[in-house]
Amino acid sequence: MTQDTAGHPLIRVTLPYHLRNLAGVSGDVTLAVPAPVTIRAVLDALEARYPALRGTIRDHATLERRAFLRFFACQQDLSLDPPDTPLPDDIIQGREPFIILGAIAGG
Amino acid sequence: MSKVRVLVGTRKGAFLLTADGKRDKWEVSGPHFAGWEIYHMKGSPVDPDRIWVSQSSGWFGQLLQRSTDGGKTWHQPGVTDEKPIQFPNKAPNRFLYDTTDASGAPLHTHQWYDGTQHPWEFKRVWHLEPSLTDANTVYAGVEDAALFRSTDGGESWQELSGLRGHGTGPQWAPGAGGMCLHSVILDPSDPGRIFIAISAAGAFRTDDDGLTWKPINKGLRSQYIPDPDAEIGHCVHHIAMNPARPNVLFMQKHWDVMRSDNAGDSWTEVSGNLPTDFGFCIDVHAHQPETIYVVPIKSDSEHFPLDGKLQVFRSRTGGNEWEALTKGLPQKDCYVDILRDAMSVDQLDDCGIYFGTTGGQVYVSPNGGDTWQTIVHDLPPVLSVEVQTLA
Repeated sequence: MTQDTAGHPLIRVTLPYHLRNLAGVSGDVTLAVPAPVTIRAVLDALEARYPALRGTIRDHATLERRAFLRFFACQQDLSLDPPDTPLPDDIIQGREPFIILGAIAGG
Repeated sequence: MSKVRVLVGTRKGAFLLTADGKRDKWEVSGPHFAGWEIYHMKGSPVDPDRIWVSQSSGWFGQLLQRSTDGGKTWHQPGVTDEKPIQFPNKAPNRFLYDTTDASGAPLHTHQWYDGTQHPWEFKRVWHLEPSLTDANTVYAGVEDAALFRSTDGGESWQELSGLRGHGTGPQWAPGAGGMCLHSVILDPSDPGRIFIAISAAGAFRTDDDGLTWKPINKGLRSQYIPDPDAEIGHCVHHIAMNPARPNVLFMQKHWDVMRSDNAGDSWTEVSGNLPTDFGFCIDVHAHQPETIYVVPIKSDSEHFPLDGKLQVFRSRTGGNEWEALTKGLPQKDCYVDILRDAMSVDQLDDCGIYFGTTGGQVYVSPNGGDTWQTIVHDLPPVLSVEVQTLA
């Protein structure tokens, strides 16, 4: 497991194109996420590190996932999992990224 | 020499078109925010280099962008890595309806398409209206219909909930484009007076800086609602005012072109000899307050010009008597639409008229409508056009 100096696991997050532009990054981002590593904890860490993303993944009012975004990890669709569900060990160990994906919709 | 800057919002980004006062040679900048829907952009009358942008997406929701250098660079107000915003209570894209008891507007539902009650749900910002006197104050008309105001440069927003909490709120219903608050007009002679319009609720006015509101729809007749003369329910498409005469308002309704000479207290139809009085946009000449412009659209079922001919109609008499303006506009095989916020005027001596189309063209007439030129012809569908006249 890769950790930061405080012992928090370093989680890789893959963002869709437009959110990478908003965050000003070109590839995956790596975030130190305090345990337990859950969807909510990853998104909290992501928004704290990149404030420009606040409101773009979760609705400001409800904090629910935006309908056209999905959360994938380790070949699983976690989008409908409760936000406090622990993420797979391969995510925590840094072997796989947590993927935020824009749904294929529109024209 | 004066110059003009045209702010064009499209389905796939923002474009800035600039020219000197002759308005015959144009520079195009963009796309800014490529791939995002830009419903509206508008510059501050106090500080013209401060430009507000409504940026949205079906995937990522609403963002609010601001430039302080005339559109060279953009940022979300208050959002910096160095100074994290006070999430979740403060964010430039946080538009939360105020349903607290203290607001006096604990209203949670409006009428849905099927007649049932439906919760108010924020979707996007349709229109941004900067204050006439304070560069840090800006209004946002949103869908589902409500009016928000920021007094800190867009870093946070508060709903003027007296509007949505008006007694008729549960009867408001969305038009085909959604229940949007699309028109916001500030009265330069009375800082407490604001006019707004909603599809499909109608027009409203406050005289106390947004605390309380009243419908101003007397005289509107709409055959598509059960009571054609109802107090609310009219699908107002746009309203316009010449700042020199703030009590005179012009309206393009779903059908009918209307005018009011008493700040909206009553309206009279001025469609006159228009070939069709359906349309979306309407605007007023900068220096001739009785000269108005519309672009007639065939019908509510066929959103394109009559007979494939793109014609702006001008009335020099405040309505009723209209003339077609066609020189320089396509007169065959033209089937575009001109949306409600896609027409604007500049302030130069020979007033320029501008409009954009869903076909991606932006046209200018540098002579009040007599002749037209194409500034650009292949942009994404144009949602909004605003013009800044710069020294």
